[in-house]
Amino acid sequence: MIRLEAIDRSFQVGGEWVHALRQVSLEIPAGDYVAIMGPSGSGKSTLLNMIGLLDRPDRGRYLLGGIDTAGLSEEGRADLRRDKIGFVFQSFHLIPRLTAAENVELPLVLAGIDPHERKARVADLLRQLNLSDRARHRPDQLSGGQRQRVAIARALAMRPAVLLADEPTGNLDLTSGREVVETLEGMNEKGISLLVVTHDPAIGGRARRRIRMVDGLAEEGA
Amino acid sequence: MRTADLFGFGLKALGGARLRTALMLLAMTIGVAAVVMLTALGEGARRYVVESFSDLGTHLLIVLPGRSETTGAAPPIMGETPRDLTLDDALALARGRDVEFVAPLMIGSAPASNGGRQRDLTVIGSTWELLPVRHLRLRQGGFLPKGDADRASPVVVLGEKTLKELFGNQSPLGAWIRLGDRRFRVIGVLEPLGQSVGTDFSDIAIIPVASAQALFNTSSLFRILVQAKGREAIPKAREFILDTIRARHEGEDDVTVIAQDALLSTFDGILRALTYTVGAIAAVSLAVAGILIMNVMLVAVSQRTQEIGLLKALGATQPQVLGLFLAESALLSILGAISGVLVAQGVIWGVARAYPAFPIAAPLWAPIAAVAVAITSGLLFGWLPARRASRLDPVLALAGG
Ligand SMILES: Nc1ncnc2c1ncn2[C@@H]1O[C@H](COP(=O)(O)OP(=O)(O)OP(=O)(O)O)[C@@H](O)[C@H]1O
Ligand SMILES: [Mg+2]
Repeated sequence: MIRLEAIDRSFQVGGEWVHALRQVSLEIPAGDYVAIMGPSGSGKSTLLNMIGLLDRPDRGRYLLGGIDTAGLSEEGRADLRRDKIGFVFQSFHLIPRLTAAENVELPLVLAGIDPHERKARVADLLRQLNLSDRARHRPDQLSGGQRQRVAIARALAMRPAVLLADEPTGNLDLTSGREVVETLEGMNEKGISLLVVTHDPAIGGRARRRIRMVDGLAEEGA
Repeated sequence: MRTADLFGFGLKALGGARLRTALMLLAMTIGVAAVVMLTALGEGARRYVVESFSDLGTHLLIVLPGRSETTGAAPPIMGETPRDLTLDDALALARGRDVEFVAPLMIGSAPASNGGRQRDLTVIGSTWELLPVRHLRLRQGGFLPKGDADRASPVVVLGEKTLKELFGNQSPLGAWIRLGDRRFRVIGVLEPLGQSVGTDFSDIAIIPVASAQALFNTSSLFRILVQAKGREAIPKAREFILDTIRARHEGEDDVTVIAQDALLSTFDGILRALTYTVGAIAAVSLAVAGILIMNVMLVAVSQRTQEIGLLKALGATQPQVLGLFLAESALLSILGAISGVLVAQGVIWGVARAYPAFPIAAPLWAPIAAVAVAITSGLLFGWLPARRASRLDPVLALAGG
């Protein structure tokens, strides 16, 4: 499903080169559940952005669902991202002026899906995430856990193959954090690949597989 | 992405920043309203002048004594003075094939009295043809009798103001008044015409031209009004007038012929140009509104950087992001343009009610051009912020910078 071959990515910061990813090779089959851990600045977010097609490698090959992403145009990458990838962020990134339902609907709007179909899918997603009674609330009228569940519903709207979650519980208290993790795991059980970046060993321990990042290098296990 | 959704998203974004949106709409509204109102004023002035001139009579040629044009032909003979226009000249002109009416015109001033009431009047000597040529209408009685222009009948037609001053509320028809040292019988009263360019016809007395010749003791006419048989007949009528007068004045071209239509179209052209100019100057305010939109949209792009990053993470392409922000600018300029046209129409309506005599009206092209310029300016100036948004790096944008 996801296949990284010797990916390099470095950034120039004040004249010096920071190697965020060094020779990272990974293979993640469909339906896998992977926790990505490691110290701050070790390249976890960079790896997730790479997999989510928000960033391009300096060197190396990235295949997503058998497609070599190097050959894709900017537009092709956007389309692939829209159809295959769902993002969940630490800070939710909900649009404040839109209601919960409208935030969930946004990817479907961008994809040009028929409004009737959209309404049905949004209602279904909100029901799955126990948010039906919050559909017309704006983000500032929701708790942190509810906001993150709205964000998860939005990530699921296009029925992606991969969910990428960058510290999804980072801004949440213990209880709502646990709830969010369980929600994500529920989606993984339905066959969606789940990649979670986390500092929390308790959450990392629940994953089927752990990848440890240190200074741009990725190592399996532990 | 569907067009309806594109504008729906834009509307919600505009609704999310009410004050900013209101200010931009205001700027667009003022710009569009200025264009429409100023061109309406210019058009009103044009119509006012054109209508006033039309009151003077259509297809009208005015014959004045004396040359005003030089043709570069034979140099003028020393000491030449122009011959007077006479009633016989006027009668000769009436024989032209392209001539409909000829009205000779004498103008003088004479003391008028009716019993104890006395007043100095402008007295016009003419024939019955003055009535159709100058589009005069009668309120009471009749006009100068048809027939021999040489007959000096002692009859007078009064203007409306003259009537009031000489008669008050008395009935004037059949009464005798004195003009100078002669007595005239009142046979008609003119309908007030409103102020028309030229003479004020409410403040006068009209008598037969032969009577005027006797009253003022002169045979020279002030001018001759000739109405051609139609618009196309004007050049031929003009030629006929010049030929006839030359023949009668021993080969001298000693009159000037002014065509009413030429005068009218000159004024028409000048005022049209003025309207375009004023409209174009007002259109500058639309460019200013466009620049305001650009600035405010640039602020919006930097305030909504994270949102743009999110849109890209959700799979929005560069053209989509560009379209979303352009749609916002377009909405601003379209809504501003609509409200500008409405405001302008409201003001024009108000002015029209307050000053019914002034024919203010926006020419049809004005709102269309104003709206087109407004939308073009919105899209043009919205382009830069929209392009900036579409080119943001998604990772950096999500991080908020
Ligand atoms: N756009 C960028 N420009 C410059 N340097 C960058 C950029 N993105 C990442 N870096 C650098 O690359 C390295 C890896 O960053 P990354 O965000 O992947 O770390 P991380 O493991 O997610 O850290 P954290 O746990 O703090 O989120 C860091 O040193 C960071 O400063
Ligand atoms: Mg990170």
